[in-house]
Amino acid sequence: MNPQDERRLLEALRNGDETAFTALVDRYHGPLLRLALGFVPGRAVAEEVVQETWVGVLEGLSRFEERSSLKTWIFRILINRAKTRGGRERRYVPFASPDGPDADAEEAAVEAARFRRGGMMAGHWVLPPNRWDDNTPERLLLNSETRKFLEQAIDALAPQQRQVITLRDVEGLSAEETCNILDLSETNQRVLLHRARSRVRQALERILNSESGKDS
Amino acid sequence: MTCRELTELVTDYLEKKLSFLDRLRFQLHIGLCSGCRAYLSQVRQTVRVLGHLPPESFPPEIRDELLNRFRSWKAGPPSSVIQTPESD
Repeated sequence: MNPQDERRLLEALRNGDETAFTALVDRYHGPLLRLALGFVPGRAVAEEVVQETWVGVLEGLSRFEERSSLKTWIFRILINRAKTRGGRERRYVPFASPDGPDADAEEAAVEAARFRRGGMMAGHWVLPPNRWDDNTPERLLLNSETRKFLEQAIDALAPQQRQVITLRDVEGLSAEETCNILDLSETNQRVLLHRARSRVRQALERILNSESGKDS
Repeated sequence: MTCRELTELVTDYLEKKLSFLDRLRFQLHIGLCSGCRAYLSQVRQTVRVLGHLPPESFPPEIRDELLNRFRSWKAGPPSSVIQTPESD
């Protein structure tokens, strides 16, 4: 949304325009739900967090000063609520401790067996990846089965990886905004993004290989 | 730069965080290695898939419920509620 449209939307919301509010809900409820799922266990709790977020949006609307985009502001409200909630759900640890799974430095982007072990060509592909057709992303998303598989791959990520990839790649936020919202250093954000993307790529490769019958 | 090293630098490359020299090495490798070219293209396609993922769906009742909240917000907040400002 460009700044002008956003200002118009904000004004409409502040004036109590119901169409504007419904449009806002339609635009952000789904993304908020997806983001919440990276912080709290289960859809029911995530849905509650999103509801609380909307209450927070309404409460804050008159004071929102447009120092960030509306989207970033709404996402930040969600994350504040989700953190509070995640803290209460004791069995769930959405924020990795320094020695948690996200701190594992030995997580390779591609499994070691795909590369030559020794000799002059050590570290080079034994099994180079295949080139995917240009329309692969679209095709995968049109098929409900592969879409489900992709969602599962995202679900399976460590919470912080999932939070970062959701903001960066699914929602298209900048690295700076993502660091800001999640309170991460730039380097840490990049490491998390790298691991998350590598995992999802692996999952897509598995889907495509099994499709073509070359199960590896 | 080996292929294995390259796969670990892909994100730094795409985020434009490699040093000038590493960027050069990366591009040189990509120019010569079709496997790594395919790999880089797969990562780019992965990002594209994620960007087109359809949003989580939600039942229409939620929309109605939220609209009701909006209406009562419009009518004026209850004075008993202590508002915590959300900074932006």
